[in-house]
Amino acid sequence: MLNVETQIEIMERPVPPVVRRRVPKRDVKTIDAQQGYSDQTVWMLAVKAQQDRAAFGCLFDFYAPRLKGFVMRTGMSEAQAEEVVQEVMITVWHKAKLFDPHRAQVSSWIYQIARNRQIDVQRKEGRPLPEELMHDVETEHDASQIMAMEQETETLKSALAKLKPGQREMVEKAYLGELSHSEIQAETGLPLGTIKSRIRLGLEKLRHELKELRQP
Amino acid sequence: MTAIKHHISEPLLMAYAAGSLEHHYALVVAAHVSMCDECRAQLAVYESVGGAVMDGTNVAPISVDLKDSVFARLEAPQVEKKRQRGFGVFPAPVMEALKGKPPRWKSLGFGVRQSILSDTKEGSVRLLYIPGGQEVPDHSHEGIELTLVLQGAFRDETGRFGVGDLEIADDDLEHAPIAEEGAACICLAATGAPLRFKSWMPRLFQPIFRI
Ligand SMILES: [Zn+2]
Repeated sequence: MLNVETQIEIMERPVPPVVRRRVPKRDVKTIDAQQGYSDQTVWMLAVKAQQDRAAFGCLFDFYAPRLKGFVMRTGMSEAQAEEVVQEVMITVWHKAKLFDPHRAQVSSWIYQIARNRQIDVQRKEGRPLPEELMHDVETEHDASQIMAMEQETETLKSALAKLKPGQREMVEKAYLGELSHSEIQAETGLPLGTIKSRIRLGLEKLRHELKELRQP
Repeated sequence: MTAIKHHISEPLLMAYAAGSLEHHYALVVAAHVSMCDECRAQLAVYESVGGAVMDGTNVAPISVDLKDSVFARLEAPQVEKKRQRGFGVFPAPVMEALKGKPPRWKSLGFGVRQSILSDTKEGSVRLLYIPGGQEVPDHSHEGIELTLVLQGAFRDETGRFGVGDLEIADDDLEHAPIAEEGAACICLAATGAPLRFKSWMPRLFQPIFRI
């Protein structure tokens, strides 16, 4: 059951950007389609649960042009950028099982895959990555946690859009790789505390499930 | 395990999330995050910011055949690169740097050993093995020095560092860490340039030992 707060959050959640869709949302068969998740989450969960190609097509249409635009801003040529887009989308397909909507929103998960890919292309050593928390077993979805995660990401996006130009430029420059760690100011002007508590809850949920798996 | 007290600084986590952190520091960050859920969550926060920046970027039109070529490759067998898991005191990214093999320790004298994982002109990262009670030579360094404790503990002028703790030393800090009595202290240490020891070993030998 959704509590009142969650219902209000759903009502207030900004409408996701209009996307060209090949398949109406209701045709993407997933247990979560009726829950009121964003389109991106619904598609991603359909790819994760049943390798749904139509849903993957929707993800491609939404993310490929954004990925390409972003990667090109970091100085890659158009051809290189499309190469990265291609590899990232294929990784999204194959690693969909590892997507955990309780800890990350789709854009943030795909962003991270893109970053790994870009660094692997640019450096021969590849990028050192933290140990992946194993997540092979399908766990129960906590809809209120997932929607709260999405809500936080939407809040973050609008906060980013509303930053003072100087501050926003600093954040963008940092993520385009134009600032070294000593030039980065941790004070971004973004409200990051609430999203952190959300992610922490998602992480605790996973830790709890992993523990139960080890001691049935 | 005792709680981790010394964490990665926010600029370092943000630089790691942005992909701009140099390889030798990135390895230490990835190792600490493997051991620390606090920083794992904070890193996810900065990845969310990255996702938001990416979503807010102007879209670039995609070539007409790119989607088809992606779909055509979905069925192709995936050569999954085998990722190392953590082993013993070494978290997964360290095992990855060791290529799954045990460290090849080289003696530095006085029981201190090191195993270099990566050494470029940008900086270096190595494992250090310091017997309990042994002092690590007084040294200064160029750029920041990151030291992550994997086993045992050490103390210096700034405090005590136990398993999982990360010391971030600026270039102006000249410190003399001492391993705590008991089990040897094993650390993962990264620096922006070759370490310069002030005492303990003549400078002359430094190129040989690469310290
Ligand atoms: Zn930490």
